[in-house]
Amino acid sequence: MSEIVQPSADLSHRRSDGRAPLRGLSVLGAALVILLVWEALALVLRIPILPSPLAALSTLARELTRELGRHFLASLLRVIASITLAVLLATPAGLMLGQSERLDRLFSPFVYLLYPIPKVVLVPIVLLFLGVGNAPKIVIVTMILFFQVLVLVRDKAASIRPEILTSVRSLGAGRRALFRFVYLPASLPAVLTAVRQSIGTAVAVLYIAELFATQYGLGYYIYLQGSTLFNYPKMYAGVVAMSILGLGLYFIVDAVERRACRWVNA
Amino acid sequence: MIALHGVTFAYEGRPPVFRDFSWRVGGGIWSVLGPSGCGKSTLLLLLAGLVRPQAGSVQIAGTEIERPRPRTGLILQEYGLLPWATVQNNVALGLRIRRFYGPDGRHVPRDEEVSGLEVQKRVDHWLARLDIGELRDKYPGQVSGGQRQRAAIARTLAMQPDLLLMDEPFSSLDAPTRESLQVLTLELCEEAGLTVVLVTHNIEEAAFMGQRILMLREPPNREARVIENPHTADEAYRCAGAYQRACASLRQRIDEAGTGSSQRPSGGPEEE
Repeated sequence: MSEIVQPSADLSHRRSDGRAPLRGLSVLGAALVILLVWEALALVLRIPILPSPLAALSTLARELTRELGRHFLASLLRVIASITLAVLLATPAGLMLGQSERLDRLFSPFVYLLYPIPKVVLVPIVLLFLGVGNAPKIVIVTMILFFQVLVLVRDKAASIRPEILTSVRSLGAGRRALFRFVYLPASLPAVLTAVRQSIGTAVAVLYIAELFATQYGLGYYIYLQGSTLFNYPKMYAGVVAMSILGLGLYFIVDAVERRACRWVNA
Repeated sequence: MIALHGVTFAYEGRPPVFRDFSWRVGGGIWSVLGPSGCGKSTLLLLLAGLVRPQAGSVQIAGTEIERPRPRTGLILQEYGLLPWATVQNNVALGLRIRRFYGPDGRHVPRDEEVSGLEVQKRVDHWLARLDIGELRDKYPGQVSGGQRQRAAIARTLAMQPDLLLMDEPFSSLDAPTRESLQVLTLELCEEAGLTVVLVTHNIEEAAFMGQRILMLREPPNREARVIENPHTADEAYRCAGAYQRACASLRQRIDEAGTGSSQRPSGGPEEE
């Protein structure tokens, strides 16, 4: 248990366990069932804090072109900035630790200590230091992704088979070419897996972070509509928007991963 | 071509594999034969410039070897192909590395400037020569062991080496595949006039491939014991009496080496 809710743990298929990937149709079917259950509950309960999915979705469609769209965009840009930063920082760091046993020995105690800390508890501290605006939100989400990418890339780089290194070195590769032709392509699947696995947590923590010291972002929007304005259809529209943000990013990374890593199944 | 002079080499904290070991190779195709743990693979790593001796010198083509030499090709038992690259891209890898560095004289020969077009031309040539053209878009995981080794050989020969080092290259292959690859390798090496050092624990392979055979025994190896085995290596040679006699004599020498060593306290490092 490292972070709060982990909606993005390996839900579907995974290459390693040999199960077939989920079909688009069955995913759509599951979505439909969830909506139906929601609709049924709304019909039975008839209370304002549970509007029907139709009301929520039509509010979402209407509001996306207005205020909600801006909040959605703010959250989306924060997540993308965090992913970019985390990948750019953690990949080289992971590669270095993975190919140098000495460096790894030096740093692994730190990683061991810091990796399992639920980064969400650092939100108040980061807010204190970085104040209002985008920076603290991006930093906190980057921290979540950073360790995940770091650890997976490090392990991947460390597990490259020695005969590959020997033979590529014998083809004339020095350190730079080894990075370019071996370490980097070998760690690409690890980067994508790490991002895919931690994106749910990242969006969840972004939600928490957006409750404070900002007037933009889905977290702020949901909280404002639900607890201040008591506009429940809008609140639900915000919740659905945030779910779509997490799901959409997950699907995109998953698709990229499958395209880029066809050889893993080969 | 190769000159080892007074080479001493030991892995950290282990007894030496070679002590004051000297060996000269003018050219031709050599087998290196010996039991596992005798230092065969270490010898190859020394020649490849992937490990350095503690004493003595390793010279190839008149130059002291301090790093992998661009004109030396290395082929391993485990192929060493990149699993994420297609057969075609694996074959192109060495040439791409050359393009990556440019002719810097350190990683790449100074007179070797390969254009993208040249890379494609050479890759196509060697894919065809090793009969794996149809597999060009497959990943190594999708082709057989023999086909992987063909890709590894194509990758190395595309670099136009003058010295080819092979470490148990055919040991994980089944007999028919092994035999056809042995013949093909010999053909290709003779065509290109390559000097070849092939390490093997297999007596038949040593006798079939090597015009000369270097025998190593339990470490430390002090002297190079060389057996002349002049022959033309084609498929017919496998049935010739000379081949049978060569195998028998090699087997006898290995047995002698084995009995000799059992009287000494053992404890030398295992090679694999």
